Amino acid sequence: MTDTQINVSFQAREDAVRDAIDRLMTQLRPWGLDSDMAGTVELVIAEALNNVVEHAYANTSPPCPVHVACERQAGGVSIRIVDEGAEMPDGQLPMGLAPDVDVDLMDLPEGGFGWFLIRDLAQDVEYRRAGAQNVLNLRLDLALS
Amino acid sequence: MDVISTTQAGLLVLSIKSPRIDAAAAITFKDAVRASTNAWDGAVLLDLTEVQFIDSSGLGAIVAIKKALGKDRTMILAGLTETVAKVFKLTRMDSVFSLYDTLEMAIADQSDTPTTQVAL
Repeated sequence: MTDTQINVSFQAREDAVRDAIDRLMTQLRPWGLDSDMAGTVELVIAEALNNVVEHAYANTSPPCPVHVACERQAGGVSIRIVDEGAEMPDGQLPMGLAPDVDVDLMDLPEGGFGWFLIRDLAQDVEYRRAGAQNVLNLRLDLALS
Repeated sequence: MDVISTTQAGLLVLSIKSPRIDAAAAITFKDAVRASTNAWDGAVLLDLTEVQFIDSSGLGAIVAIKKALGKDRTMILAGLTETVAKVFKLTRMDSVFSLYDTLEMAIADQSDTPTTQVAL
């Protein structure tokens, strides 16, 4: 019997994101994700957590708590990320449009890929402000065995 | 970040000795590669064989390196794992870089091109 819910909490800092993802991926191992699925889960969570550290908590002094909850469901994994940082601009998720790469070398985009990757890989990406908290919910459709 | 620098088939090969090029590593990665490419005029191959994970910050750092190399110095990426290759494919950056699954394939391809061929 493996846990169907995994929770990891940490204080937001760039190097703490790496450690938190490492803990999550270790605990997710019994769910039997293949390397491609694990890569997708890791990438989506990493992009969302980087956003929390770099934007929501950009101008905040500690404590900067972040909570990540992953739940194994039929047909995939649902993920909830909660932080107490600044609200998303206009209270909404970024559009996450694909940056244009058909441009001159010097005009190639060096950023703006994070939300595009999240929206491209995840389903039902939903954000709400709840009191002093940001709540991000999303789902990854994965053929778990 | 450790970067091992060698020359093979007329290329400067930079092997990245880190499992992750992520937000926390992007700046040191960029600085280390720039320091290694400063005194080199030719094509550069980034060997990512040991890199298991790259996020959008790492991708941005690789794009920044390509820009710094300019139009005259080709940048080749080799040794992409499935997960790393996916980031390039989804963002369509696979159309911007020459990508190879393995370092050997990249070197062999370069050796086949007439400009770098040497008489045996």
